[in-house]
Amino acid sequence: LELALEILPQVLLEGLVLGFMYALIALGYTMVYGVLEFINFAHSEIFVLGAFVGVEVLFWLQDAGHLAVLHPAFVLLLVIAAGMLISGLAAMALERVAYRPLQGSARLVALISAIGASFFLQDALRLFESLWRNTFYLSYPTLDVLDQVLPLAANLVVPVKSLMVIVTALLSLAGLYYFVNRTRVGTAIRAVAQDPETASLMGIPVNRVIALTFFVGGAMGGLAGVLFGLHYSLVNPYSGFAPGMKAFTAAVLGGIGNIPGAMLGGMVLGLLEAFAASYLSLLTDGAFGAEYKDVFAFLVLILILIFRPKGLLGETVREGRA
Amino acid sequence: VSGSVASFGLLAYIAASCVLAFVFPQSVLAFLLVEASLLLLCYVPAPLKIKIYLAALVLLVLIPFLGIFNGYYLEVAIQIGIYVALALGLNIVVGFVGLLNLGFVAFYAIGAYLWAIFGSPQANEFIPGGFFPLSANWFFLFLVFSIAAGALTGTLLGLPVLRLRGDYLAIVTLGFAEVVRAVVNNLDKPINFTNGPKGIAPIAKPPLFFKPWLEFFGLEIADSTLYPLYFYFIALLLVLLIILVTRRLEDSRVGRAWKAIREDELAAAAMGVPVVRMKLFAFAVGASFASGVGVLFAAKQVFINPESFTFMESIGVLAMVILGGMGSIPGAILGATGVTILNLQLLKGLSLWLNGLRQSGAELTLPLLGSYSLSQLPAQFEPAKYERMVFGLILILMMIFRPQGILPPRRDQRS
Repeated sequence: LELALEILPQVLLEGLVLGFMYALIALGYTMVYGVLEFINFAHSEIFVLGAFVGVEVLFWLQDAGHLAVLHPAFVLLLVIAAGMLISGLAAMALERVAYRPLQGSARLVALISAIGASFFLQDALRLFESLWRNTFYLSYPTLDVLDQVLPLAANLVVPVKSLMVIVTALLSLAGLYYFVNRTRVGTAIRAVAQDPETASLMGIPVNRVIALTFFVGGAMGGLAGVLFGLHYSLVNPYSGFAPGMKAFTAAVLGGIGNIPGAMLGGMVLGLLEAFAASYLSLLTDGAFGAEYKDVFAFLVLILILIFRPKGLLGETVREGRA
Repeated sequence: VSGSVASFGLLAYIAASCVLAFVFPQSVLAFLLVEASLLLLCYVPAPLKIKIYLAALVLLVLIPFLGIFNGYYLEVAIQIGIYVALALGLNIVVGFVGLLNLGFVAFYAIGAYLWAIFGSPQANEFIPGGFFPLSANWFFLFLVFSIAAGALTGTLLGLPVLRLRGDYLAIVTLGFAEVVRAVVNNLDKPINFTNGPKGIAPIAKPPLFFKPWLEFFGLEIADSTLYPLYFYFIALLLVLLIILVTRRLEDSRVGRAWKAIREDELAAAAMGVPVVRMKLFAFAVGASFASGVGVLFAAKQVFINPESFTFMESIGVLAMVILGGMGSIPGAILGATGVTILNLQLLKGLSLWLNGLRQSGAELTLPLLGSYSLSQLPAQFEPAKYERMVFGLILILMMIFRPQGILPPRRDQRS
């Protein structure tokens, strides 16, 4: 027990970092589910795309010799902006190519197309990186600032990169909340999510709002991707599957279609996972360890769907169109 | 008259393609032509009786005969058989009932591991007494066991999740498959059940009970040639059995109930269809096919590990069902055959060809782009490794342009 208390602050920190990342990705799932009522399975690849854009921009800066000269805050901003922009645009393009032609068909048809898009994008990324760099396992160049640590207490060492993830995520989540709830465009998104037909009668260009939703969700996914890359440093085209599934779990956990729910769900799942990873082996005397943390997330998903399918905060999805 | 002309044409085509495959045993293309003859059989207007004879000729005589000279052909044929069985199983769940199951591979894994654990020394790890590996004679019994185990796990998974909405059901089944894979991957401790990521080997092959008879007739065939042939015939038998069962089910009360649920669950329930029970039954039947064929897979591979049962495998089978046409038995067969051939032969062939080009170091001159030495082609670029892209494209394009598949079920054509 003493050991358990000893590592508690560090576990909490890890959980927070994971939680913010899941929350950012979960937003993409939940917003798209809100307006289109389908699981954008390819969102995990939009997330990975962000990570790859980040690493490419950093490589480019490094090759041009700017990485050592420029202010690190500026570098981070540039990388994040590039990742968000390209991921957002990719999500919009995806919607245009793979989903819009399917509007009005059954829910499963769009889901199958999304799974296809997910697989296609994984290998497209791999193909691109293979031709471009001759390898598709990339690792982020080191930024000295991020590798520093702040020893807050004897049992809590805060790496700067964790701090960066938390601060960036908090800022963007607040920004998104403001955007969706306080601006005209955000109101349009909520209107389409509530009832697309009536929204269109009120003069809202539904298709453009859907495209915009994909852009915003994709940009959040891209941001998460860049943060993931900066924090864990290794990326490959297939590294989106597990975070994507967990983020979807987080979205369902909070109540699908519900934006604050996605944030809450992400936090809960991130903390749960960090706790499982650290304490499972303590609890079972080493019989089951951190290798079951992925199983844990899936079990949470299955249990929620069975016992509380509307999530913690309730889903905000229109009824009727089965 | 046209019927007999067509029959002759078919026979001529089959003969020609077989001669080609025999003369060029390394040619993928020649074997593809042989395989295409089966497809041709479905479309040529010849009398049914002749078609059946010709199909039997190709399946029972020609392919095994070619396989004796080129083992790879048989390997492809066995793989096709396994995937046809999987696709037919998934077709029941996705095609007939309209439930998207993204974790189908889990049942396949359960069957494969059932035989792998008891058909190898692995079971000695947790059952003392050194009874294992079980003798090959147990293979057929385990085939039956695994069908029961598949049905049981299918039902157990179905019980809690079948109330969920369609897309949630898809994700939960996906989660289930990932849980199964992770458990298999990690259950080498505290007690070693599955040997973890290292996998299990050697797995016993089915018994050669007919060998004395062959020797009685004076046929001395080495085991290394005999086993592929044997697996081929087991696969063929399993597939025929599954086709028979599926067809009988489709035309029965159960099949009609399944389709009623697919078209409109509420209306079906109102008409007195026991919706939950029928869905459970579909889950169980589909799972039992996958689990049964898993035993065959384990015995054929001799070595299995969790890598063979990833999410991609589930999606591959889904792509087969969708390509062929959801809810159509010929469609599932065609889809499974097509995708397997694409994967095992076309993409691999293309990879080899590109490798050859790379080694030749030829210069390619393109207008505007200048010349490009083919030896610079990155070694990472191998079409055989991009099966995800292929599956993805199949799924997207089919959903957009032909959601009913290549061979849609007859009923849909009429309406």
